[in-house]
Amino acid sequence: MAADQLRDAPSRAEIDRATLRDIYTRTMKVNRTDEKFRALLMEGKVAVMYYCVRGQELVSAAAMTALTDDDYVVCTYRGQGEQTAKGIPAEKWWAECLGKVTGTCKGKGGTMHITYPEKGIMVTTGVVGSGLPIANGLAMASQNNGDGRVTMVSFGDGAANIGGFHEAMNMAALYQLPIVFLCQNNRYGEHTAFADHTASPSIADRAAGYGMRSIHVDGNDVHQMYNAAKLAVDRARAGEGPTLIEAMCYRMMGHFFGADFSYMPPEHLAEMKAEDPLPKLRAVMLDRQFTEAELDDIVAQIDAEIDTAVARALAADFPDPHELKVDVFEEEMP
Amino acid sequence: MTGKPPQITMVQALNQAIDEAMAEDDGVFCLGEDVAAKQGGGVFKVTSGLTEKYGTHRIRATPISETAIVGAAVGAALAGQRPIAEIMLMNFVGVCMDQIVNHAAKLRFMSGGQTNVPLVIRTTTGVGVGFGGQHSDMLEAWFAHVAGIRVVTPSNAADAKGLMRSAIDSNDPVIFIENILCYGLKSDDPGPGYRVPLGEAAIAREGSDVSLITYGRTVLDALAIADEMASVGISVEVVDLRTIAPYDEETVLASVRKTGRAITLHEAVRPYGTGAEMAATIHEKLWGKLKAPVLRIGGTFSPVPFVAALEQAWIPTKPEIVAAIRSSMENG
Ligand SMILES: Cc1ncc(C[n+]2csc(CCOP(=O)(O)OP(=O)(O)O)c2C)c(N)n1
Ligand SMILES: [Mg+2]
Repeated sequence: MAADQLRDAPSRAEIDRATLRDIYTRTMKVNRTDEKFRALLMEGKVAVMYYCVRGQELVSAAAMTALTDDDYVVCTYRGQGEQTAKGIPAEKWWAECLGKVTGTCKGKGGTMHITYPEKGIMVTTGVVGSGLPIANGLAMASQNNGDGRVTMVSFGDGAANIGGFHEAMNMAALYQLPIVFLCQNNRYGEHTAFADHTASPSIADRAAGYGMRSIHVDGNDVHQMYNAAKLAVDRARAGEGPTLIEAMCYRMMGHFFGADFSYMPPEHLAEMKAEDPLPKLRAVMLDRQFTEAELDDIVAQIDAEIDTAVARALAADFPDPHELKVDVFEEEMP
Repeated sequence: MTGKPPQITMVQALNQAIDEAMAEDDGVFCLGEDVAAKQGGGVFKVTSGLTEKYGTHRIRATPISETAIVGAAVGAALAGQRPIAEIMLMNFVGVCMDQIVNHAAKLRFMSGGQTNVPLVIRTTTGVGVGFGGQHSDMLEAWFAHVAGIRVVTPSNAADAKGLMRSAIDSNDPVIFIENILCYGLKSDDPGPGYRVPLGEAAIAREGSDVSLITYGRTVLDALAIADEMASVGISVEVVDLRTIAPYDEETVLASVRKTGRAITLHEAVRPYGTGAEMAATIHEKLWGKLKAPVLRIGGTFSPVPFVAALEQAWIPTKPEIVAAIRSSMENG
């Protein structure tokens, strides 16, 4: 198929109110979790690595809304959005981030390795680009056993330049795997701007080179973002193969908490502020006759849930050193 | 039926083990370069005849993409399947180490036991066929050094079958190392369902004077030398580890406790090899009971050469092994 036939156009098709409400709720969960994390770090109440997702909340929330609970997700160290929006219970998520035995991984994974198969969060990797080949395997299992699941793998713009990306894209297209590749192009990989690490203008363009469909969207536009995810997920579930979504967004709080912004030009900072997804989403919600009170209420409920989760996580125990012998192999270590 | 039981080669043994596992469990599947029927059933024919039975979804011929192959195996294993990934030659693990070391090995631990990675990575290698520097290395120590991976290698066809079944059964990732020079070795067919438990060494030959601890192809050298030494009155016990990591420390220590002398032998280069780890453990645990220091024999610390004249000098030679045995016997 010719390259232009493999490209889907972004869609502004109307989203039903129930779905919109769902996306808004998930977006705000991601955002309030991020705000809370930064507040705790600022206050010195916790001292752990945390990769902020401010500015990318909508991308994750809309993408996760297009999936079912059973669908698989593979994400990165900057995966709070996928993890929260896919439905990991707040208390388990917070406990893991604080290294507590009540966490998803008993405190042995931490912020960069959150795992929760009950909600389909199968792998969070701290190695750039390593999630894509693994996601293919999850999708391959679904293709082999016909369970109808879709796998979505999220990664950054920087990850599109590592070998595993290319190997995985080719393999997924070759086998027509039920998978969606979600590239969150936040225009930076650590301190390196997109144009300084990639010569081609877009990551989505690469899909055609692998015989894969693609779609390039404004990740801060709820219609474009959700419709793209839905299209790709439905296609994968129908057995019609993989799609690469490139969602343009901004990393508003730097690479990780406490990072410096000096390398970002002032124009970029201004553009980033103007494109903030939250006020835009709020405007869409109001436009669709959700009331201010209703939206505030959603956020208040989320905040209450987070506060409880954080309090419980802070109070929970750290794992016993005995845990070092457990989960290395199936049998406990001598 | 009269006479000897039927014999099978190591290639047939591996093929049978995979075939039996695939017949019993729909979740078992193979993936790798050239593994399917259309490509000839694998470079060494280990998966020959299986595509016809199980189709191309379960015998998946892949692109030349080791990271994607092992990554896919990791993902499928996380989803509850039992993939058998083939890395054509062991040196090529260099291009997919991240998937093995950072993912396959660690996901059980990092997920707090919520997930596990029951995959087998089959690979082959071997010095002595003139493949040169990038197609011959035994790299088992790389994996033995990583918590969470089991490393296995058979020295005969029956063990190949039994170890492969156990590797597929294992709920942990297993690196299964085959040796090109051993593919044609024959054993009595151990029959269907045969298993050799992982983590159990075998006493390949009993002896009382010195323990020669080895695995894989060098077991053959060890057995031949043990025969010769018997004729000059030295009784060599040959321990075949079969599982290199985590290894059967108990059997190794029991053997050395009995003989009081130990020599480790492997094809991989000597420095930082598995022999060093075993020697250290033997010294730590049996100090005072040893009649001689533990000696280590391994490949020469240089890249594997091409020409046979150099290659045969590179691998642990028979005179070298005999000299080590004699030197050990001079003590005590
Ligand atoms: C293989 C590898 N190389 C380098 C790093 C260090 N590192 C961590 S995040 C990062 C930037 C990745 O950028 P991108 O893929 O755009 O994701 P983002 O952080 O923007 O979400 C780098 C280089 C790593 N984790 N893994
Ligand atoms: Mg980025």
